[in-house]
Amino acid sequence: MQSHALDIQALKRDKVPAVSPAGPVETSLRMENLNLFYNQNAQALFDINLEIPKQRVTAFIGPSGCGKSSLLRCINRMNDLVDGCRVQGRLLLDNEDVYDRRVDVAALRRRVGMVFQKPNPFPKSIYENVAYGLRIQGINKKRVLDEVVEKSLRAAALWDEVKDRLHESALGMSGGQQQRLVIARTIAVEPEVLLLDEPASALDPISTLKIEELIYELKSRYTIVIVTHNMQQAARVSDMTAFMYMGKLIEYDDTDTLFTNPEQKQTEDYITGRYG
Amino acid sequence: MLHKDSYKQHISAQFNAELESVKNHLLEMGGLVEQQIGKAVESLLSRDSGLAEEVIAGDEQVNELEINIDEECSRILARRQPAASDLRLVLAISKVTTDLERIGDEASKIARQAVKAVEEGSSAGSSFVEIRHIGNHVSDMLRRSLDAFARLDVDMAVQTVIADREVDSEYASAMRSLVTFMMEDPRTIGPVLGQMWSLRSLERVGDHASNIAEHVIYLVRGLDVRHVEPDDLVAQVEEHP
Repeated sequence: MQSHALDIQALKRDKVPAVSPAGPVETSLRMENLNLFYNQNAQALFDINLEIPKQRVTAFIGPSGCGKSSLLRCINRMNDLVDGCRVQGRLLLDNEDVYDRRVDVAALRRRVGMVFQKPNPFPKSIYENVAYGLRIQGINKKRVLDEVVEKSLRAAALWDEVKDRLHESALGMSGGQQQRLVIARTIAVEPEVLLLDEPASALDPISTLKIEELIYELKSRYTIVIVTHNMQQAARVSDMTAFMYMGKLIEYDDTDTLFTNPEQKQTEDYITGRYG
Repeated sequence: MLHKDSYKQHISAQFNAELESVKNHLLEMGGLVEQQIGKAVESLLSRDSGLAEEVIAGDEQVNELEINIDEECSRILARRQPAASDLRLVLAISKVTTDLERIGDEASKIARQAVKAVEEGSSAGSSFVEIRHIGNHVSDMLRRSLDAFARLDVDMAVQTVIADREVDSEYASAMRSLVTFMMEDPRTIGPVLGQMWSLRSLERVGDHASNIAEHVIYLVRGLDVRHVEPDDLVAQVEEHP
């Protein structure tokens, strides 16, 4: 199955999923025979071949420990922080190998932003949280910062809720607001790709829907990759879905097909709740 | 691809039980509708208005089953958010129910024609052979489409869809002979028109049985074969094993 993933993708390229903005689909990320080892004996990912389309939402689903978060972390090299972690194969962002020795990891992470399960705002004001990424790039002009902060908060659907208390601590916000603040902080530096690792699993249903609505809004500008345990969420927000099991990519297809008529028995069993 | 044992290993036993239950209710409704059609044709052929009244009264039970099954389907959709084959099962059941209810309506219509024929005391028309023949044919199609559903048997479903073509041509030729009959003897126009209505109802039963078979193909293969010509249908089913 894995070896066919690219071919399927080629076939699907002309078929724009119903929930997507129209227009030709380009590839943003391409994984070629990607293997990941956490140490000599523990292989976390096996021969992953996957093409992730630009300005679409791609979801990784699968049971705990299937490698979906590991795969997501490969994209912005978060796995570099793990001792003994080794990556084999290629992972191309706009046809450049992310694992090339010449790649500046800090620059890569500006292009590939990441949001985690638990909202992690800095213990600073709302304004400073969003401006942080620009400040560390040496941008300190108030006019520029004001503009970016407003634009990012608007894009994260948070502006109206916080515009009167921009200089209060971010830690006083609700969980859902904090998560949207973190998304605003991530998009303030204008990345190309947004990686979302279980972005709504710590939130209540209404905040979850707001995040999902936000994902829908954001995909016209960013390539979004989301890892989620919540299959209905994947079905709701994504254009493409990849099902992973035991470190392998079992099936990758447009979300409509994967959730109504998956090809593989393992996928069928997982999404209908027969796994185990 | 859906297998017959697919419903055995759901993690949620309760969900399993709900799917089993709605499936059983559908087959129960199918059995009832089959009986209704059989009795309706019999009442028409044997001029038995008592049996016909029984069929007309029985339609209420068919309608009740339709409502109950639809309720079960919406409950499963709302509470379980089924996906893949479970989703296709619920959707297929909901659609099959609609077709079965319509078949029930056709049985009532035939029974009403039987009552009318008895009341008018009209003597047997020449179309009895055709009514018996087409009646047997569509009853057989209905039974096979329900068997195909119970056994998730795509081959049987395909055969049922194809069989509808024969019913259509038998219906056309029966109509032609009835028209000739009326032209030869205008006094028969009244009773023959009644027989035409009954034949028309039976032809519709064949269409609904064919729809049910198409829903079975959707359920098992995830393939939507509505409005597909029979030859293309066979090719499509072969393409998606």
